[in-house]
Amino acid sequence: MNKYVERLYNGVIKENPTFVLMLGMCPTLAVTSSAINGLGMGLSTMVVLICSNLLISLFRKIIPNGVRIPAYIVIVASLVTVVQLLMQAYMQDLSKALGVYIPLIVVNCIILGRAESYASKNGPIESVFDGIGMGLGFTVGLTLIGLIREILGAGTFFNLPFLSAIEGFTPITIFIMAPGAFLVLGFLVAGMNIIRKKMEERGTPLAEPAGCLSGDCAHCGQSAMCTGKSQVETKSADTAAK
Amino acid sequence: MSTLASLLLIAVGSAIVNNVVLSQFLGICPFLGVSKNTKTAAGMGGAVIFVITVASFVTGLIYKFILANPALLAKGIDLTYLQTIVFILVIAALVQFVEMFLKKQMPPLYQSLGVYLPLITTNCAVLGVALNCVTYEYNLLESVVYGFATAVGFFIAIVLMAGIREKIEYNDIPKPFQGTAIVLLTACLMSIAFMGFSGMI
Repeated sequence: MNKYVERLYNGVIKENPTFVLMLGMCPTLAVTSSAINGLGMGLSTMVVLICSNLLISLFRKIIPNGVRIPAYIVIVASLVTVVQLLMQAYMQDLSKALGVYIPLIVVNCIILGRAESYASKNGPIESVFDGIGMGLGFTVGLTLIGLIREILGAGTFFNLPFLSAIEGFTPITIFIMAPGAFLVLGFLVAGMNIIRKKMEERGTPLAEPAGCLSGDCAHCGQSAMCTGKSQVETKSADTAAK
Repeated sequence: MSTLASLLLIAVGSAIVNNVVLSQFLGICPFLGVSKNTKTAAGMGGAVIFVITVASFVTGLIYKFILANPALLAKGIDLTYLQTIVFILVIAALVQFVEMFLKKQMPPLYQSLGVYLPLITTNCAVLGVALNCVTYEYNLLESVVYGFATAVGFFIAIVLMAGIREKIEYNDIPKPFQGTAIVLLTACLMSIAFMGFSGMI
């Protein structure tokens, strides 16, 4: 397989950030109250991710190792500001619906994680394709979750009447409210646990969750910045003391 | 001029009614990752209260006197679009600084909060609070009260969750739901309970 196609396959299926790696859970929970919002958030994150991967890959030999994380943050924050201003100018409805979660793309673990683990080690073209793949994977994840919540919670399909067209249909409103986000994600994680077990039995194990949902700070993409490793060590020391 | 009543309204609203974790989904990572036992959860909650209160004060100062400085605005220089970049850098630097200060000046406090401090840099709740203060046009005092109350809301949520997790440790949970899945379902029930407060304001 061509290595660029491989990057796309890796991002969308093999290491899908939402379903397999379980990264970026704050926006996943917060903005998926409808499929359109999920799609919008996914696409804006993808734009930032592609550009940040490209820039970081281009500058990877210039940025000194000791200050690389602050340098990445400045690059990502600038890109996020550009996206935020563009959305305020041309997509006001979406910008209002996503609100504070647009500037919060800066602290999305997928972006810094890809910068640290891929773009800082590979050439610009591969990094761009990695950004497209991961961004698409995130977009697919958010849109799917948004779709499930929208169909159950409002009975619509991308704001078009769907289940709500059936006479006597009452939407389960809780799904588009805050608890619904936790509920859907909880069942999703359980479902992925079953799939993960099946794949392991078949001898083709899935990649392990890398984000905070795994409860394992040591392998988080941001661990370089948050020094979570000491956290993990204290935790295991705590359990040992018990 | 902010009266005591409006400050109280901000405090109750952000600590309980619009709980930062359970209804705004900020700070989900530490909420799920560091809630295995009440002691560590309380430590994390305490560190978050400390950092968010200081950070909302400092970012409030910077926004008011540098980015949205009336003297600059009068000259037609509007720097407010830089808020995201400035806030994240200020927060990251601030956490490092607080860590160094505590290590040197208050070793006992550092012992109890120290390990959690670096974790908080990337916590979206800190940046979220700073940005929300700008969006809601809070003055400096209101920003600090809002930041403190939001962090207290985080403390309440994470300690409650840790208490529940200590109990469900011994329950018979179906295999696929063990681990994160049951924590998310618990969070769902907690979130429903917190929705009940929405009639308060």
